[in-house]
Amino acid sequence: MHEFDLSNAIVQTVNKHAQGRRVTHVTLRIGRLRQVVLKTLEFYVAIVGKETPCEGATLEIIDVPAVLVCKTCQHEWEIEIPAFICPTCGPGAVEVKTGEEFMVESIEVEDEEEAACTAPR
Amino acid sequence: MHRTKVRVVEDALDANNTIASANRGDFDRSNVTVVNLMSAPGAGKTTLLESALNGIDEEGTRVGVLEGDVQGSFDADRLSALHIPVVQLNTDNGFGGECHLDANMVRSALPSVPLEDLDVLIVENVGNLVCPAEFRIGEDSRIMVCSVTEGEDKPLKYPLMFRACELVIINKVDLLQHLDFDVDLLEKNVKQVNHDATVMRVSAKTGEGVDEFRQWLKDLPARVAAEAAHDHDHEHGHDHEHGHTHDHDHHEHATA
Repeated sequence: MHEFDLSNAIVQTVNKHAQGRRVTHVTLRIGRLRQVVLKTLEFYVAIVGKETPCEGATLEIIDVPAVLVCKTCQHEWEIEIPAFICPTCGPGAVEVKTGEEFMVESIEVEDEEEAACTAPR
Repeated sequence: MHRTKVRVVEDALDANNTIASANRGDFDRSNVTVVNLMSAPGAGKTTLLESALNGIDEEGTRVGVLEGDVQGSFDADRLSALHIPVVQLNTDNGFGGECHLDANMVRSALPSVPLEDLDVLIVENVGNLVCPAEFRIGEDSRIMVCSVTEGEDKPLKYPLMFRACELVIINKVDLLQHLDFDVDLLEKNVKQVNHDATVMRVSAKTGEGVDEFRQWLKDLPARVAAEAAHDHDHEHGHDHEHGHTHDHDHHEHATA
């Protein structure tokens, strides 16, 4: 249910970086722990992006697994269910290594050919 | 036309977090500790505040409430009977409003909040177990209320929310005698997703356990100040390089 607001946040971030150029492709990096329904997010991004620079852009989502590290024994494992407990040490401090990402990784924009050639490398 | 790939690598919620930091700056300047109070609709946030805040100012802690609701001022009206500063913030802008408060909504309400006269500001979020967990508002602490009529499995279904909070209050324990509800299992599930969370069992209706919460609130400003001082020392003690990427978001969680 939070996908609509998250779509707004994505579209705003993308358009800020597009700086007025038309966006053709967006790559997102979203961790499993964010509990985002990716299909729903895609649906809303298309709606929210209408009449903005990212209208019609294709969306690619890198789905990042939830990986935890036990602070006691350094064991590292991936979880499929929300159990933040080390299988060896039991309840205690665990750290989330990956799975909480909610990033716009990159965008592809249409540039004037000339501007692109003279841009510093 | 030429296509260029632009590397962004930015948390999509950075815009919200930037405004949250500005709110935080205002709170710090006024020396106010801010609590973001969240729950599902009907868990008893307002009743808990009615019970816990009654007379707290006479005990030396000045508390105000910023009351977030989709529509109406029912909750604010109830709390204003306590003679504490209560400011209503509606997320509705015509037909249906936002299901949560974000940093900008809170910012828009701040001119009406007498920050200088408060020690603690409680922001009562819109009842919802998902969206409020995503949007920081500049708070020092996050609390959630869940009630024994909601089901023991809720922490496992809404880990995002349960992991975001340092205090989980189990409300309506006066109903346990009428219910087939395993409160120990609920607490075990809370600990499974958030080992560091403090858990309190209360009944806002009978007052059971409310004193513990009231004390927690009274102790909060000193504890937050001590943690801030510790973090400050820590930063200066270790001159570690910060790569300044935006992937440090998760360190915000569960600092209890």
